[in-house]
Amino acid sequence: MHFNEEKPIWRQIYELIAKRILSGEWPEGERIVSVREMAASVGVNPNTVMRSYEHLEADGVIFNRRGIGFFVAEGARERMCAIERKKFIDEELPKLRERLLLLGLIIEVKSNSKNG
Amino acid sequence: MIELNNLSFAYRRKHPVLSNITLNLSTGHIHGLLGCNGIGKTTLLKIVCGIMRPDSGRVCVDGRNPMERHPEMLSSMFIVPEEFDLPNVSLRRYAAITAPFYPNFDMEQMLGYCRELNVDADVRLHSLSMGQRKKAYIAFALACNVRMLLLDEPTNGLDIPSKGAFRRLLAGYVDDERMVVISTHQVADVEQLIDNIIILDTEGVALNATTAEICSRLSFGRVSDGAEVLYRERSVVGDVAVAVNDSGEESSLNIELLFNAATANRKAISELFIR
Repeated sequence: MHFNEEKPIWRQIYELIAKRILSGEWPEGERIVSVREMAASVGVNPNTVMRSYEHLEADGVIFNRRGIGFFVAEGARERMCAIERKKFIDEELPKLRERLLLLGLIIEVKSNSKNG
Repeated sequence: MIELNNLSFAYRRKHPVLSNITLNLSTGHIHGLLGCNGIGKTTLLKIVCGIMRPDSGRVCVDGRNPMERHPEMLSSMFIVPEEFDLPNVSLRRYAAITAPFYPNFDMEQMLGYCRELNVDADVRLHSLSMGQRKKAYIAFALACNVRMLLLDEPTNGLDIPSKGAFRRLLAGYVDDERMVVISTHQVADVEQLIDNIIILDTEGVALNATTAEICSRLSFGRVSDGAEVLYRERSVVGDVAVAVNDSGEESSLNIELLFNAATANRKAISELFIR
């Protein structure tokens, strides 16, 4: 897996899992791969992967059954969708808008125009 | 647990290689040991595994002095040096001869690692290229399942696919009971793998901090001209810098920048991480 330099690696793994939950690849109620398996499959330190899992747990998307592993929570898809939607609107959309303006793909319309 | 207390070593009098090294390395981590050429990274690893004796100071590995070469310590530690000689037998044969010293060695595991690293365990080691030989030795080292694995420049000579395989194998290797220490200049190869960074310089340990601590206290990246930073350097995309992270969010680590910052502005960087 290739990582980009703008986001911390734990965040990128968080998003990788978010995508799998959103797409339904990892359905609600099912056990997900262990921290160690995930670490070994992406070549990232298991402590870093653990932090991704902890953030997902804090966001109520996965939960830990001691001694068994992590599971996708009931209602995770909806919750994940809300979280990712908010992040898109707060963080990605302003950047996208700026780029679209710069490339002339959209134009800014002043709402307090005198003739309006 | 590896404990170094006020360790010093010199090959020639008045030319110390290591001085005043105080450092604890605990299990559960992949430690990255960084430092300029000749700063003593390899010497430090050799002292830790009892190949060399420090001039002064104390070394303790699981409560023992490694110079005792106690069998229990020797069987729980493995070092892959940057350069090494192996007998001209196949890896499978080499493993059969050497494995009795490592009670947790697993032949099937080693053959699996060989497949991952794309190296043949059944040809004579001398007929392999340098990189192939290194991969063979790494496969053997991992299969010994030791608690303390020391790797000196492990990615030197590895081809591109093998570097990815190396990262996956190491990420799957470490657990709460084990530690890996990687000494390297190839920081890009191990950036996502190590979770504790140790920078050595002529004065001793310039930095010893987890990557999580580093990313919460420092930020790395492009800056504007006037911004107040701890370290700045020119790059093709404009100035890049290391600054105090006051965003409350974790930054994305850039080890190369961190290293240059710790070299150029040691005091400011190391003061941020006093434990």
